[in-house]
Amino acid sequence: MERIRNCFEKLSSRGEKPLIVYATACDPDCRRSLDVFKLILEYADMVEVGMPFSDPLADGPTIQKAHERALAAGANTRKVLELVEKLREFAPQKPIILMGYYNPIFVYGEERFIRDSASAGVDGFIVPDLPPEEGEDFSRKVKSMKLSPVFLAAPTSTDERVKKIGEVTGEFIYYVSVTGITGERDSLAFKEVEKDIQRIKRISGKRTVVGFGISKPEHIKQMYNSPDGFVVGSAVVRRVENWDIEELKELLKGLKAATKS
Amino acid sequence: MYNYPDEKGKYGVFGGKYVPETLMAALSELEEQYLKIKEDEEFQREFRELLKTYVGRPTPLQFAEGFSRYLGNDIKVYLKREDLNHTGAHKINNALGQALLAKRMGKKRIIAETGAGQHGVATATACAFLGLECVVYMGEEDVYRQALNVFRMELLGAKVEVVKSGSRTLKDAVNEAIRDWVTNVRTTHYIIGSAVGPHPYPMIVRDFQSVIGKEAREQILEAEGKLPDVIVACVGGGSNAIGIFYPFVEDKEVEFVGVEAGGYGLDTDKHAATLCKGKVGVFHGAKSYLLQDEDGQVTPTHSVSAGLDYPGVGPEHSFFKEIGRAKYTAVTDEEAIEAFQVLSRTEGIIPALESSHAVAWVLKNREKLSGKTVIINLSGRGDKDVNQIRDILEERKDLRIW
Repeated sequence: MERIRNCFEKLSSRGEKPLIVYATACDPDCRRSLDVFKLILEYADMVEVGMPFSDPLADGPTIQKAHERALAAGANTRKVLELVEKLREFAPQKPIILMGYYNPIFVYGEERFIRDSASAGVDGFIVPDLPPEEGEDFSRKVKSMKLSPVFLAAPTSTDERVKKIGEVTGEFIYYVSVTGITGERDSLAFKEVEKDIQRIKRISGKRTVVGFGISKPEHIKQMYNSPDGFVVGSAVVRRVENWDIEELKELLKGLKAATKS
Repeated sequence: MYNYPDEKGKYGVFGGKYVPETLMAALSELEEQYLKIKEDEEFQREFRELLKTYVGRPTPLQFAEGFSRYLGNDIKVYLKREDLNHTGAHKINNALGQALLAKRMGKKRIIAETGAGQHGVATATACAFLGLECVVYMGEEDVYRQALNVFRMELLGAKVEVVKSGSRTLKDAVNEAIRDWVTNVRTTHYIIGSAVGPHPYPMIVRDFQSVIGKEAREQILEAEGKLPDVIVACVGGGSNAIGIFYPFVEDKEVEFVGVEAGGYGLDTDKHAATLCKGKVGVFHGAKSYLLQDEDGQVTPTHSVSAGLDYPGVGPEHSFFKEIGRAKYTAVTDEEAIEAFQVLSRTEGIIPALESSHAVAWVLKNREKLSGKTVIINLSGRGDKDVNQIRDILEERKDLRIW
């Protein structure tokens, strides 16, 4: 929780917003994935470590394939946590958020999962198939360990729901920019997104970052004002899939530059 | 009084709504609208009328004299003839009900998933009948295995989307349908084909399918003057089973048996017997039993019957198992293939391979069932399986009963 708040505050004092970068753990395998995340951490202010799952139903084809590659490479919850441990050592101050579907967490055991994640150095959790109705318990347990549960809000979330999301979430809300799944998009409804994020922030009183579809620096520039941070996933994962490290570096550089007003 | 799901959509600890936030508003709207039409006399009258004139209900409860004689031991078997419905299976009860509901909700685009193709065909049928746009997701594997059903859906005006992700079967078709729904939720209604998925789906599907049990209850009282001792149904996701069980749920003396797909046997990893061999998990929006590995990854399944080839199961079945209201067991591919032939020969009815699992359980347990009255839910007809069975019996002459 501390690391996340410090991250927002420190950047804000410099007139910057966090660049939050997602990649799937153990893609294409656990060893090379470590290098990918180390590269990401040179540019990103926060990382999201995706826990591979056999049925990632909120994800588009790019990230689905990443999950398949990771599972084929033998990924499991323990290996994801080992990866986090190494990243924590590499970047002691940067927030690490685990993003994973609920079943592997449920099977591992919520409490044990939160405890082991905490000692690996995790700061927060995004569980896309755990809405507030089902996630209240999880949220309480995460908060009691001084970590941050991160709940999603969507364009379809009613005001009443946003209020509830604000209550269960930790340091911030993750606003899904589109009704849809993860994946690169040429363009987004920038005006509507900015407006809706203002609504979310007003009702919830929480910091709100935006993700889904953001794939180039221009996207960040086009809706810079309302969000408190920007999440990029599929655009990064596609470079990992092609193993185009130079291009990935260029992308990250450009994205980070765009988050500095 | 059995009164589930509770207001949170739970059956004990099972069920619930484990879906991305984007869908939560749509699920609330669906629940609200459904509860409205449930009490709406006009809607119910229209639905009843269509079940009668379009689907062909009520379906007969037939005393299976030849099959009962074959079993011996004074067992009286009745068959609930869902195979006689329009499109050849119970799936149309739910597809038509939900399509009518979607129309009421002003949604003009329907999506569905299908494994063997029965639910896809039923949904395409209902959409053609009601003038709705229809898109059916089907795994690439199943598209090859069930080419005729793909054409059938296209003939009915539906668009079949081939799913190439994951294992390219039913579970991936559900994933893809959910992804479509997340994207087009404002204009689209998703007709789930079984009693699975997030609340309120398991309840809606159960209610639309419970016409089976309501009729069967009246019919058996008429024929026998008493309730049956045992009701047997196959369980994949579990819609035909919950449909026939539910109206008998307060009749404690009536035993429920759900028969899962045992594939090559429960001691192998090639089966789809979720309640027999799975562990509790969260999948496709609900907490229920699930076939998964120790890391919570969903494992591949196998069944000779495509309609049972699914790693999850409806949450109400998990609850029935937990409270002991129903017993869940499995028969193997070979036992189902035997039953497929036996019923064909003793009754002149070629059953669906799915339903053959229920028939097989009765065959296998004829000693235990001595003197009992049994209803088998004959959920569908086997025309779709004849090619596959011919190929199998060509190769495995030892499985022929003649």
